[in-house]
Amino acid sequence: MLAIEAQGMSRRFGDYLAVNAVDLAVPVGCIYGFLGPNGCGKSTSIRMLTGLLAPSAGQIRVLGLHLPEQAEALRQQIGYMTQKFSLYDNLTVLENLQFVAGIYRIKSKEQSMRIRELLALYQLEDKQKVRAGSLSGGQKQRLALAAATIHRPSLLFLDEPTSAVDPENRREFWERLFDLSDAGTTILVSTHYMDEAERCHRIAILERGEKRADGSPSELMTQMPADVYEISGPQLRQLRQQLLMLPEVMSAAQIGQRLRLLVYKKYGWRTEQLQRRLGAEYSCEAVRPSLEDVFVANTGEAYAGSRPHLRDIP
Amino acid sequence: MLDLGRIYAIFRKELWQLSRDRITFAMIVMIPLVQLVLFGYAINTDVRHVPAAIVDQSGSSAARLLAADLQASQTVRFVEQEFHDVATATKAMTAGEINAILVIPVDFERRLDDRLRGIGRPLAQWITDGSDPMLGNAINSLKQMPLTLRSPSHKDSSLPASAVFEVVNYYNPERRSAVNIVPGLIAVILTMTMILFTSAAIVREREQGNMEFLINTPIRPLELMIGKILPYIAIGIIQVSILLGLGHALFAVPLPEQWLSFWLVTLLFILASLTLGLLISTKAQTQLQAMQLTVFILLPSILLSGFMFPYVAMPLPAQHIAELLPATHYVRLVRAVVLRDANWSELLGDISVLVGFIVVGMTLATMQFRKRLD
Repeated sequence: MLAIEAQGMSRRFGDYLAVNAVDLAVPVGCIYGFLGPNGCGKSTSIRMLTGLLAPSAGQIRVLGLHLPEQAEALRQQIGYMTQKFSLYDNLTVLENLQFVAGIYRIKSKEQSMRIRELLALYQLEDKQKVRAGSLSGGQKQRLALAAATIHRPSLLFLDEPTSAVDPENRREFWERLFDLSDAGTTILVSTHYMDEAERCHRIAILERGEKRADGSPSELMTQMPADVYEISGPQLRQLRQQLLMLPEVMSAAQIGQRLRLLVYKKYGWRTEQLQRRLGAEYSCEAVRPSLEDVFVANTGEAYAGSRPHLRDIP
Repeated sequence: MLDLGRIYAIFRKELWQLSRDRITFAMIVMIPLVQLVLFGYAINTDVRHVPAAIVDQSGSSAARLLAADLQASQTVRFVEQEFHDVATATKAMTAGEINAILVIPVDFERRLDDRLRGIGRPLAQWITDGSDPMLGNAINSLKQMPLTLRSPSHKDSSLPASAVFEVVNYYNPERRSAVNIVPGLIAVILTMTMILFTSAAIVREREQGNMEFLINTPIRPLELMIGKILPYIAIGIIQVSILLGLGHALFAVPLPEQWLSFWLVTLLFILASLTLGLLISTKAQTQLQAMQLTVFILLPSILLSGFMFPYVAMPLPAQHIAELLPATHYVRLVRAVVLRDANWSELLGDISVLVGFIVVGMTLATMQFRKRLD
């Protein structure tokens, strides 16, 4: 069963095509990630899927409802955590939650219980009298998640939820997302962090408004059209320049003391061939592709380590 | 269908936010307080104690009597400095030290006698400072002042009054302008605060980034509008009470005898102003724009509503514009109710216009508010 279905979803702002013919199929209960650089159409896509923006073209069905026509009926069933903190800075944590509970018409008897439960779950009990404006980034984000889930939505949209949060809080946040997912909530999350995307059940890689790839992170890694090698040795900067001249090399990026090299699979290179080319002063080994490699392989020019001027050479 | 729970949620949130905003909270009380005192004392259309010079060329005792009579009328106050000719007095007027000059001619006593015999020559001349017409008008009214002067040659007969009409003043017999100004001030202050508060109400949510979350919830536009204006109705009532109470205490403005009618028309005006503010708020992109639009409505409300200048005296185009302002209708209504003890049933015309403002404004504001970002 699909929570979100979209065919040819597009959105134009004047002459600018922000989202171009994106197809989506998000199964119920899945944590689905939109991975892409800033300005790739992640937020615009999420806004179309919540009914905030009407698509310029294409079909969208969310929880069986056609958008944007049936957007109102969808509101009670979805939760939305905006990219920017959108609760009230001059209200306390408790007041913010009481306000949101009122808007979602949670009965007053149930309300205080639900709020207490959320305060405990998101470790905000000792902060309930504190104004939201003076919370830390991590606390604000937990409050926003609590508010977005107060009415137990079956589908949750999170637009770059952890962009203002330290790694420690990010891990904790994802634990909560897995709890929600475990309880049956479908989650759509946008991010530009690789480690965050790697936690998703499925991801779609977006670039310039287009979907470049989608699947589970491991699927995407195995389906990658390139092999990944790590090379160590002297003068890696010059070596990188030389390697980028080769048509077999998709990209080369220095990572610490090593050079991470993506080589097109279709040329059938093995480690030995690469080692022969590099010479004895370099050591090289084949490594497991990371999601970043997948991202680079699928988006090409937009990312560091690529070589835009050689991209058209087969 | 409206959901009371959601309206209450918005209402409660607005109150919380309002109570955090100390300056706004202080303004609710300070605006009516300060304005009332300022306007009540400073705006005085019954001009008194205009500083004047007297140039007495006759040096007669009758002239001194005339001056004393004029002084007693309180309209003018003769300055202590003595002026021997018109030129020096005119200089003092140019310098702004005085606003009027009374010139008593050499043959003053003869003129006085002539007048008693029916030969109508003016007794003396007023030279007035026309740069402020209000002052000029005040002096002009002295022309009609009945004189009780006795002429030197007719010791017993008093001078016949030169006034043609006797004026009887209803509703405000002492002609105190505070009586007229305080009810009008209710209209101006409500226009200012009510429109200002609500004009920021929606645009603030947009500016501070709360809107994207809010429009993704099941809240209906009308519920949001109603929830947002409810707290301000209470604020309007507080302000009106301050104005009435203080106006009564400081300026002896009568309290309305038609209480029901007074609160009925006042509530209608509060609602009309609030919906006007909401309408601004759905249109404005920033709080600064909302503020500018508020001033755009506030200024004509002060100048054209009849608060400052009589409506009937305004040129026709200005009257047409004035009809478009809720304040104009309320100024008429509140003066009728407070000063003339009119009942609401006698004022249905202006009342129905205010109701029209509310219905049209609320409908437009609700329609303007879209739960979409495009």
